[in-house]
Amino acid sequence: MGIFLRKLILITLVTASTAYAAESSIEIFAPEMNVKDQASLQRGAKYFMNYCSGCHSLEYMRFNRLAEDIGIADAQGQVLEDVLKNNLMFNTDKVGNTIVTAMTEAEGKKWFGVAPPDLTLEARLRGSDWIYGFLKSFYLDPKALWGVNNLVYPGVAMPNILGALQGEQMPIYKTQTIGVDGGSMQQQIVVGLEPAAGGSLSPEAFDQMVYDMVNFLTYTADPGKVERQQLGVFVLLFLVIFILFTYLLKREYWKDVK
Amino acid sequence: MSTKAKGLLGWIDARFPLMKTWNEHIAQYYAPKNFNFWYFFGSLALVVLVLQIITGIWLTMNYVPTDERAFASIEYIMRDVDMGWIIRYAHTTGASAFFLVVYLHMFRGLIYGSYRKPRELVWIIGVMIFLVLMAEAFFGYLLPWGQMSFWGAQVITSLFGAIPFVGESLATFIRGDFTVSEVTLNRFFAFHVILMPLILVGLVFLHIVALHKVGSNNPDGIEIKEHKDEHGHPRDGIPFHPYYTVKDLWGVGVFLFIFCLIMFFFPEGGGYFIEKPNFEPADPLKTPDHIAPLWYLTPFYSILRAIPDKLLGVMAMAASIAVFFVLPWLDRGRVKSIRYRGVLYKSILALFVISFFGLGYLGTLEPTPVRTLFAQLFSVIYFAFFLLMPWYTKWDKTKPVPERVS
Repeated sequence: MGIFLRKLILITLVTASTAYAAESSIEIFAPEMNVKDQASLQRGAKYFMNYCSGCHSLEYMRFNRLAEDIGIADAQGQVLEDVLKNNLMFNTDKVGNTIVTAMTEAEGKKWFGVAPPDLTLEARLRGSDWIYGFLKSFYLDPKALWGVNNLVYPGVAMPNILGALQGEQMPIYKTQTIGVDGGSMQQQIVVGLEPAAGGSLSPEAFDQMVYDMVNFLTYTADPGKVERQQLGVFVLLFLVIFILFTYLLKREYWKDVK
Repeated sequence: MSTKAKGLLGWIDARFPLMKTWNEHIAQYYAPKNFNFWYFFGSLALVVLVLQIITGIWLTMNYVPTDERAFASIEYIMRDVDMGWIIRYAHTTGASAFFLVVYLHMFRGLIYGSYRKPRELVWIIGVMIFLVLMAEAFFGYLLPWGQMSFWGAQVITSLFGAIPFVGESLATFIRGDFTVSEVTLNRFFAFHVILMPLILVGLVFLHIVALHKVGSNNPDGIEIKEHKDEHGHPRDGIPFHPYYTVKDLWGVGVFLFIFCLIMFFFPEGGGYFIEKPNFEPADPLKTPDHIAPLWYLTPFYSILRAIPDKLLGVMAMAASIAVFFVLPWLDRGRVKSIRYRGVLYKSILALFVISFFGLGYLGTLEPTPVRTLFAQLFSVIYFAFFLLMPWYTKWDKTKPVPERVS
């Protein structure tokens, strides 16, 4: 739950024998998410629609609900539909629709080997820290499908969409000797990344952008969270009073019992 | 002086044993006056049962048990159905709460000897309820059709394949298909919504009827019916209503506070009440790194995994639950309640509790050689608690039991 305000790249064990093994062990911690920060969510929605929605859906999120929650609404809470349509809606004009990418599953599978997954619940599936680390950990890898690999998700089939903004990162290799059937062999493993160079955004601006996107995805994974917690406070308050009065009632009745 | 009720009550009472039932089972049902903390959990179990049924009914209004729509229908309930998220979270929190309450309820039975004569049947019906509850939870967990739902069901249904000769056919018969599929989802939906709840409600009714025939045990383990006053009421008893209705009402309040704290603020329960892998739809082509049942089934799952042979593991797991049935006949102690038991019994009980928790915790983790060793050790202690009971309860140096409750 609690995420520390650290930007450390912790290198634990790198166990993969090639850069394409499934398990990653690089951990990056994101700044604490704040789904009440509507400005951040609006930026995140903007970035998502511009950079991600070409391939990824948010199929459980409706445009009008999104607009209401992140503040694209007037003082009475009515959604500003024109603002919504002009800025965030690219392949539909019905505000009640869910956010679906134009790429079909078949196309995705053909072009990438696996259809880009829906991201509505990604933040609950993998955690905000993971997504934050993932978006920041692309690096150049001539052997990979799109010329990039990812330290948090080795072998990922996704290109580095934000590469022009972050700049390209170079891997730091280390040669490791491993035992193999009676002998040993040398192999190259990635142990870290050189800081990005040549991006159009400064590192701080890029980090802020990634934070906004991850904050947005944290919101889409659980859009009812704020309402739920607000209601919860009142429920618990009521129950405290209920507990008090039922206790007094019990005590009164039980005075008869010696 | 007429004692017959007038008005509507009188009309009903002339045609239905309403007042008789009310008096016999609530207003004039005498329960021991020394019930403590451990005695809340029976009524709480009933509360959670009602909660699960009500939230379950409302979920069924919008849930769709097909491969295409199961996962999406739950997100629909969470997002588009008014207050749908409350109903869903109440149901998932309720499932975990049900097992917590039932485990504590069973533990009460264990420490106070509530399974001893004349309450063996109350206990046996209770163990049947526990069994049905586990089945109900297992069937229910497939319904969200997430990765863990699918693969958990795949693992458990495949266990039946371990049975010699009939195994594979049996597994196919249970699933309705050669692998867990939409067919399985449909039938598990029927089991979870109708079959198991009906059996459960029936068993709970029988459980209470059997209890009321012999009367409740109490923390001192002595029979209050042995000392009656001039009215024929137990001297150490008090009518259930109003004393325990009002006390249990308070208990329900405290329970609801903890329940709502979790439901409104930590519904995922740290990944133990709603598991992370279940946030993506089932994919028969992608196996999760680690498959495990929910926390409340992990002790038994641990025992299953501790034994390297598949069939023996299944048998051990079945035995670990079946052994509860024979508990009334394993205990040869002179006293019922832990209050008057000796050091020997208490030590072995403590080892059992540690083993149960240990097995439960290990069941949530991926197996490693060291962890498997510990699971095997804990399994041995678990079975020893039951199987050695005829001896250590006889040898145990008990304390003298008072005549009246304290």
